[in-house]
Amino acid sequence: MTPPQRQRRHPLPDPAPQPAKQGDGQNPERLYTITGEDGSRVPLDLVTLIVANADPRPSATPEQAALLRLCSAPLSVAELSAYLNLPFSVVTVLLTELLTAELVRARAPIVRQALPDRSILEAVMHGLQKL
Amino acid sequence: MDFKSSDTIPGPRAEDHLPHTAQAAVKIVIVGGFGVGKTTMVGSVSEIRPLTTEETMTQAGIGVDDNYGSESKTATTVAMDFGRISITDQLVLYLFGTPGQERFWFLWNGLFEGALGAVVLVDTRRLEVSFDVMGRLEERGVPFVVAVNSFPDAPRYPLEDLRTALDLPEAIPIIECDVRRRASSRDVLMTLMRFLHSLALMGKLA
Repeated sequence: MTPPQRQRRHPLPDPAPQPAKQGDGQNPERLYTITGEDGSRVPLDLVTLIVANADPRPSATPEQAALLRLCSAPLSVAELSAYLNLPFSVVTVLLTELLTAELVRARAPIVRQALPDRSILEAVMHGLQKL
Repeated sequence: MDFKSSDTIPGPRAEDHLPHTAQAAVKIVIVGGFGVGKTTMVGSVSEIRPLTTEETMTQAGIGVDDNYGSESKTATTVAMDFGRISITDQLVLYLFGTPGQERFWFLWNGLFEGALGAVVLVDTRRLEVSFDVMGRLEERGVPFVVAVNSFPDAPRYPLEDLRTALDLPEAIPIIECDVRRRASSRDVLMTLMRFLHSLALMGKLA
């Protein structure tokens, strides 16, 4: 029996092609951004860690109160989406309000970079070896 | 919005809380066709019960393979299972199992762009299902390894035959695994990390 045959592809000239903006709602403007260490604005990632600055105030909406209670200890945006049973994009909008009001802080993820941080890779390897 | 009272929201169990020292997170994406074992792999190594994040896809994003007999439906929900491994008190690793179709990927910001790398999980009974996703990762410059999930009734091929069939460069690891086993899933992740480390040593990690 012969398996089917693939042909490899190569990196596109633009390494990170963006989906075409077609005005069809597929790729809405990203409202939900946080300020990176260098002052640049980056979108909230699935694994951005969110921590509440304070307990919810009585004036908080139920959604805000639920979010603030959940992230009394650090939790990723993905986990908040899962526990609240809300779509990722809805959670990022709610978080943007809370970030603007300085009710929560965001700890930006470490992403793959042109200049790789080998110490991060080595830390992950050590962590996995302990599993 | 149908939103439950905040008193009834099930939060993380006490043992599922991250320590306050957690400063940063990294992610690895596990990608493959339906039923290839992505969720099983996430579950076998995760320290938390696997969770699900959802996103809503509007009509324009739905392919021709959906919506027969439901004319009024304008959106569909795409789900992605994920798990978590605490690496140190400061660093957390998240694993996302995602559908192979690229049309789903833009739903979550930077799912692949920010990931350390990807595991392409393949089933030898449906090898061709993984062809497109491997091509997409190559085009985007996302480093990946190939893990062949061993299903008992799947045809067995020598790995070198699979490498040829997948047109996989020699440098890219391909390994067999049983994702139901924690140690086996961990070995797959270690294979990816060693590969990423070797790329970093060569200065090739873009």
